[in-house]
Amino acid sequence: MTDLAQPTGSPAAWPDTYGDEAKPRMGFFTDTSICIGCKACEVACKEWNLIPEDGLVWTGESYDNTSSLNANTWRHVTFVEQRKQMHLDPIDVESGDVATATREGGPQPLRWLMESDVCKHCTHAGCLDVCPTGALFRTEFGTVVVQEDVCNGCGYCVPACPFGVIDRRHLPRQAEDAPLLMDLLGKKEDGRVWKCTLCYDRLKGGHEPACAKACPTNSIQFGELDELRERAGKRLEKLQAERWNGARLYGHDAGDGVGGFGAFFLLLDEPEVYGLPPDPVVPTAHLPRLWKSTALAAAAMFVGLAAAFVGGGE
Amino acid sequence: MPGLGTSFGRGGATDHQQDLQNADVITIMGSNMAENHPVGFQWVMEARERGATVVHVDPRFTRTSAMATKHVGIRAGTDIAYLGGIVNYILSNDRHFEEYVKHFTNARVIVGEPFADTEDADGLFSGWDPEQSEYDVTTWQYDGTKVHAAAGKRGKGFAPGEGETEPGGGEPPAEDWTLQDPRCVFQILKRHYARYTPERVAEICGCSVEDFLWHCEELCRNSGRERTGSICYAVGWTQHTVGVQIIRTAAIIQLLLGNIGRPGGMILALRGHASIQGSTDIPTLYDLLPGYLTHPQTKDYGSLAAYVRATTPSNGFYGNADAYMVSLMKAWWGPNATEENDWCFDYLPRVDEDNSVYWTVGQMLEGNVKGYIIAGENPAIGSANGRAQRLALGRLEWLVVRDLVEIESASFWYDSPEVESGEVSPETIGTEVFFMPASSHLEKDGSFTNTQRLLQWHFRAVEPREDARSELWFYYQLGKKIQERLKDSEDPKDRPIQQLRWNYPTSGELEEPSAEAVLQEINGWDDRGQALASYTLLKADGSTSCGCWIYCGVYAGGTNMAARRVPHWEQAYVALQWGWAWPSNRHLIYNRASADPEGKPWSERKRLVWWDSEQAKWVGYDTPDFEADKPPSFRPQPDAHGPDAIGGDKPFIMQADGLGWLYAPQGLVDGPLPTHYEPHESPFDNPLYDQRANPARLQNDLAEDPSNPVAGEGGSDEYPYVVTTYRLTEHHTAGGMTRFTPYLSELQPQMFVEVHPDLAAERGLEHGGWATIVTARSAIEARVMVTDRMRPVTVAGKVHHQVGLPYHWGQRGLTTGGAANDLAHMTIEPNVNIQEVKAFTCDIRPGRRPRGPKLTELVAGKRAAAYAKRDGAERAEPESERWT
Repeated sequence: MTDLAQPTGSPAAWPDTYGDEAKPRMGFFTDTSICIGCKACEVACKEWNLIPEDGLVWTGESYDNTSSLNANTWRHVTFVEQRKQMHLDPIDVESGDVATATREGGPQPLRWLMESDVCKHCTHAGCLDVCPTGALFRTEFGTVVVQEDVCNGCGYCVPACPFGVIDRRHLPRQAEDAPLLMDLLGKKEDGRVWKCTLCYDRLKGGHEPACAKACPTNSIQFGELDELRERAGKRLEKLQAERWNGARLYGHDAGDGVGGFGAFFLLLDEPEVYGLPPDPVVPTAHLPRLWKSTALAAAAMFVGLAAAFVGGGE
Repeated sequence: MPGLGTSFGRGGATDHQQDLQNADVITIMGSNMAENHPVGFQWVMEARERGATVVHVDPRFTRTSAMATKHVGIRAGTDIAYLGGIVNYILSNDRHFEEYVKHFTNARVIVGEPFADTEDADGLFSGWDPEQSEYDVTTWQYDGTKVHAAAGKRGKGFAPGEGETEPGGGEPPAEDWTLQDPRCVFQILKRHYARYTPERVAEICGCSVEDFLWHCEELCRNSGRERTGSICYAVGWTQHTVGVQIIRTAAIIQLLLGNIGRPGGMILALRGHASIQGSTDIPTLYDLLPGYLTHPQTKDYGSLAAYVRATTPSNGFYGNADAYMVSLMKAWWGPNATEENDWCFDYLPRVDEDNSVYWTVGQMLEGNVKGYIIAGENPAIGSANGRAQRLALGRLEWLVVRDLVEIESASFWYDSPEVESGEVSPETIGTEVFFMPASSHLEKDGSFTNTQRLLQWHFRAVEPREDARSELWFYYQLGKKIQERLKDSEDPKDRPIQQLRWNYPTSGELEEPSAEAVLQEINGWDDRGQALASYTLLKADGSTSCGCWIYCGVYAGGTNMAARRVPHWEQAYVALQWGWAWPSNRHLIYNRASADPEGKPWSERKRLVWWDSEQAKWVGYDTPDFEADKPPSFRPQPDAHGPDAIGGDKPFIMQADGLGWLYAPQGLVDGPLPTHYEPHESPFDNPLYDQRANPARLQNDLAEDPSNPVAGEGGSDEYPYVVTTYRLTEHHTAGGMTRFTPYLSELQPQMFVEVHPDLAAERGLEHGGWATIVTARSAIEARVMVTDRMRPVTVAGKVHHQVGLPYHWGQRGLTTGGAANDLAHMTIEPNVNIQEVKAFTCDIRPGRRPRGPKLTELVAGKRAAAYAKRDGAERAEPESERWT
């Protein structure tokens, strides 16, 4: 309880429970400043994890047709078309001024942001906290994984995720379009929950996750979380020195409402612009306060009841 | 391909993509590299990280633009105006790399008296024959000699058996090292581009003068001894009626700035398919033999020697073309090819000047073609004017389609827009269609030759499913059957097939031929059967055999070099031990130019290959693209031929004169210098010349391929917008490999059209709604995506909107939709016969297209309205040559 109320930066009881099998905490640093929006991560993830197709629906949301992370999309590339300079002007290279239009009072240049979103593998994971079956667990790598053979589909974890990541599987919107894949999966969907496992099976075999492996520009970087945080800090310094407009880290801070992300990001604008919560808090953080109030109320009731008995006895 | 080939000597990217990381400025134009070459694009990102400026010049703001330092939006089809403006900027501000230009390019060469520039004839070069609608290309030759290009239409202007002027071959006899002679290439170039001023560029292209000048300055400040720049292009340049000339303009810029043959300096020709470079190296093209040797034409019925004389330079490494040819004949006909029978030269079929694919489609429409084999293509969707393509397929007797799935080119007879509209029906189509399932690359051994001339071997992972077979299996077994059928024939015409070497070891239940055996044959061997190590060992006496001279060495020492897999972090960045690059594992070709005329690196920063006087040979990080022991001081004897005729200070060893060609005196049919012409269909006049479009473009008079009226003609207002077609990351070309795959289909599940908010307002289009796009050929529908990324351009003071159409969809697959190419016309580029799908005109209106016969009525009705306004009035230009 104290761990949840006062985030410590490392997951509760991890890695002690693993003893000799404990591994360094692994994670993702997704650097959106070099994401080219190719979606190779989405496809590689689906290929490796045998995730069903998520419906053949054209959304008109720029080039994004998978819309969000859910049971059938574990990596999702967000596309944001906006009018903002890439760099704060003027950039300091010989005649390399990229902000001519702005200087002359013209419209802001077009900027197209792309960000490959993924489960954050929170230090304090709401989904894991509320799981009644133990299907969700903290692996030796510090990641959060659902055991599909234990999950009973109760769905408690779904509202417990501050990012709306974990999700019960719905059948593809046009199931008849993907018969082959459903055959391959060979199971009937029963409302169990699914999300990124950080390729737990690949990690066990000493490989990096499929998305990171497929990323052509190294926008998705996989590694030891401590090392990634250090790398990200340096990266941010470089981008700020180059006057990149809006460059910031998201989810790297161990003091935030989820105790820092195991998969964190370098963004080029406010998190809300990408559809991300600006200040996520693990819902179970409120549990101590809730329990305290409950306990107080119970105590008051007990006192009242006792008084009634005592009074009644008189 | 002839754009690069005539300029530098070889029709391939001049460098490897990894070397982009060393560039100080990268211009991406005619390419959406981030979307269509995402893996190679990592090196652009690497360069950006190292401080390089990345400029994307394109009608659309794409994922590439999003990653660039700056996006410069231009009107589709105005690339030569833009690039010509850069040439003018360089020359009028003396920003060229003078030593490089003087020593390594043909700037100093004097051009013959007959040459007259477009400046003198209002957009036409000398030699224009309005009767034949073609140029007499001999009027463009150097003064005092007649020279062959190393690529392109090399026989053009040469009589059968006629060679270059003797003695000296293509060595220019008249030069002016001061570059002041008014007839030297340098001065001609200056005059030719003088009118491409920044203001003119802005007016034609619709970009701002400031953006254009900024780009020019970035290019110039990043050139010279210490710095280099790269240009990347793809079919956004190729697919125009002036495509080859656009690429030539880039070559001129890169030669003037001294960017060829040096680290971080290149023209990167980005190819669309995994092995499209390979398919021109060992060609599926009608006019080439393996290794870019000209395919003999009907006029080449003399001896092999006469054909070689009439089609290849006698100096440089094409001076050994007889050795390459004889070795090829030995690979094909083995012991049957002898000196006595002129190495079976007469066994080669002859082609006409134009037997290209669009010409063939015209013939099919006229009922002159009986049978057709389609493999790895989906012309019903991927070729211009899909309706004409499908109608043509319906006029064959038989058709074989080999593909992974039943694509539209196989199903056209029962499932097509024409069947839906009632124009044709399965009952009226007589074509017998044989669909042959093909195995994928995972089901067969083989090699890919990628965009940077790198051969990479792949191994079979699983056996092909069911009836699926590899290409190798199909053609080998087909050849066996044909040979068996003809084995007793006494007809001399069957002799080439009877005598053909056609024996490869097979294995397994399927009797799959050995792909390695084919690679060994391509590599070639000597008379003792030993694998050859280099094309320099090939002989014209019949003692060597080689299936493709530029691939000679891929099996050197009996090792499959293409299968080598030393990762780049275990070797120097050029990565000579990964796969194998033609020629001779040279990754950065023309790399002699990375050293100055004396053989010293131009600078430490850009050091690559240099002359080591102690060892008396060329050394460096890459395999030198030069004779290893030819010193920089070497000067040829006056009567020298072949490589011996190339001096030690001439890096372009395939060229007749060893020089980079700023001016192409031969090889191209539409001009020695690139000139801005409007696209075949354009709503704009040519502000530079009276000549509106490329006069040499090939038009047709097929009823199935009508053109929209153009600027200056009545009725052009019926098709007021310029349309440009393109690919998305999520799909592959005509969709056969992606529309049938759920994981890719869901990422881009529907055909859409991209328009700017102002155009949407002008035409009443709603985001997420439907639009119908119409041309004189057809009409298709698409979902509307309203986006600022489709930036309008201001051309000649008028706001002009462009319409963007991805071209992946068709009738089949998990996601279906209108085929953008149905809208395109079949007027083609004259050097490589390619369609102009990057810029043509259209109209766009809200709502879905009509169904059934009403579709044909819509298209015909609009066309009739346009033609009613056009006909009777004076036409913009005389009718040009028609290829049917």
